Amino acid sequence: MRNKSPKIAVLSGKGGTGKTLVSVNLASVAGESLYIDCDVEEPNGHLFFKPERVCEEGITVKVPEVNEDLCGGCRKCADFCKFHAIAFIKDKPYVFEELCHSCGGCALICPDQAIDERERVVGRVQRGISGGVRVSTGVLNTGEASGIPIIKRLLEPHGLQEGLPVFIDCPPGSACAVMESLQGADFCLLVGEPTLFGVHNLRMVHDLVRLFGKPEGVVLNKCLAEENPAELFCLEKNIPILGRIQFDNELGKLNSDGRIAARERPRFRKLFASLLEEVMKEVGHETAAHTQR
Amino acid sequence: MKQLLILSGKGGTGKTTVAGAFIRLSEAKAYADCDVDAPNLHLVTAQAREPKRTAYYGLPKAEIDADRCVRCGRCEEACRFQAISAAEFKVDPFACEGCGVCELVCPVLAISLKPAQAGKLMLYREGDRVFSTAELKMGSGTSGMLVTEVKKQMVEASQEGVQLAIVDGSPGIGCPVIASLSGVDMVLIVAEPSISGISDMDRIIKTAQRFRTKIGVCSNKYDTNLANTQKIESFCAERGLPFVGRIPFDSEAVKAVNRGQTVVDVPCSSGSAVREIFRETLKLLFPEGVGVSPGA
Repeated sequence: MRNKSPKIAVLSGKGGTGKTLVSVNLASVAGESLYIDCDVEEPNGHLFFKPERVCEEGITVKVPEVNEDLCGGCRKCADFCKFHAIAFIKDKPYVFEELCHSCGGCALICPDQAIDERERVVGRVQRGISGGVRVSTGVLNTGEASGIPIIKRLLEPHGLQEGLPVFIDCPPGSACAVMESLQGADFCLLVGEPTLFGVHNLRMVHDLVRLFGKPEGVVLNKCLAEENPAELFCLEKNIPILGRIQFDNELGKLNSDGRIAARERPRFRKLFASLLEEVMKEVGHETAAHTQR
Repeated sequence: MKQLLILSGKGGTGKTTVAGAFIRLSEAKAYADCDVDAPNLHLVTAQAREPKRTAYYGLPKAEIDADRCVRCGRCEEACRFQAISAAEFKVDPFACEGCGVCELVCPVLAISLKPAQAGKLMLYREGDRVFSTAELKMGSGTSGMLVTEVKKQMVEASQEGVQLAIVDGSPGIGCPVIASLSGVDMVLIVAEPSISGISDMDRIIKTAQRFRTKIGVCSNKYDTNLANTQKIESFCAERGLPFVGRIPFDSEAVKAVNRGQTVVDVPCSSGSAVREIFRETLKLLFPEGVGVSPGA
């Protein structure tokens, strides 16, 4: 059975290979769809979609608050905290909120019940609409260390519209934020570029996707006439190549101006529509194979 | 030793290309790659010798002893990271952050924290030159602590009297970037003339300003969108940030990098621009003058 509302995570390892270009344009040609920007440190999809009717929600995490009148100064909280988020300065506990992982251990271990938790805002989620595309964006406040709570909120199942395909624009790299973003995906679409750097990082993210047991395919971006090291990598690893985007000055210019190429030019609409078709074919095939396994 | 950190906010704007060229021009005696979950600097700074490798242990991971476990469910209830499945009473190592709350609440002492390798540190040495880098183990998550280790390794291994260290950073504004910012003397931001690049530059500058370090900005592939390059320069002028130069789009640059060379190893337009930017950057970093060669 073909999955009508697959969740597709768009990844690359290296930054700047075209994750946002691919996910924004695929969502645009898909008609009714959901675009989720999980690159909460540097979210850019909204600059292309310019969504309307935007609702905003603050995202909070729990941080400890010490009641100094109750604190007996035993230091158990500081000793327990693996993240060094509590220190005793002049015999008084001091909380470094940016280091806190919100595990709640300090409040549990305190023998004087001197620690409560309060909510602290670390960023926001914005939801709006652009044409048929529902656009969700996570934004981490500058100076904050972790966008994980925002990504979790973005990907909560009840926030997703039943029956619509979902395009998840992932952060670069292959660390915790990427893992959080691809965890619930049905399929991973890797964007490769023909550079030594691009291939090296593609290899890392490919290993990560394999570790999570997700089916994957590659779209090759910025293709030139010369031999493409990213293509050789796919052939070597037997990863399906689902499309090729030629290096194109007009595409680059539209993209750098924050315009959605598939909405602006018929030839790009055609390009991304056929890429979407290939992706959906592969997703249907792969997710069916996965449920049989 | 003064540390120069190269950042960009957005990925793929040319951090490593600039860092590699700066290392060559300054004949740097100390440099590091802090992009531990997508490291590339080693690809353009050929190393003759094998590095010294050290296993890196991040925070430990919880482990449940099935023989002792009485399946009371307190650990699952207390875990804020949904790392314990109630069905099997097993810890998901990808989700576990090593906080130790489960160990604390377990009434029968069935849970202990076990060390977990999270990556490896590499230290290359050749004569008096040191290069510190690392690779995060796939699936092990947080990279900020490993970044701190990479920088520590560089500082500890470098010889006394070294004036300049060059550090290649990672994209974004979160924990690895914040870890790389600590203790640096100047940040050079490589901006890209696109709407995305400008938005990301704004956010990385706000992040770096919290550390009260000197900031310089250059624009890469400036001629791919002149109007946006202009916006980057006015942005800097309005905020009093020094703009240190423009690098043109250059297909020779890609070819050089694909051969494992830096852009200043071959005669090309981007290489000349980077030389000029290097000279300007040194003037900002060492206003009192310096013994570091400003490159040919």
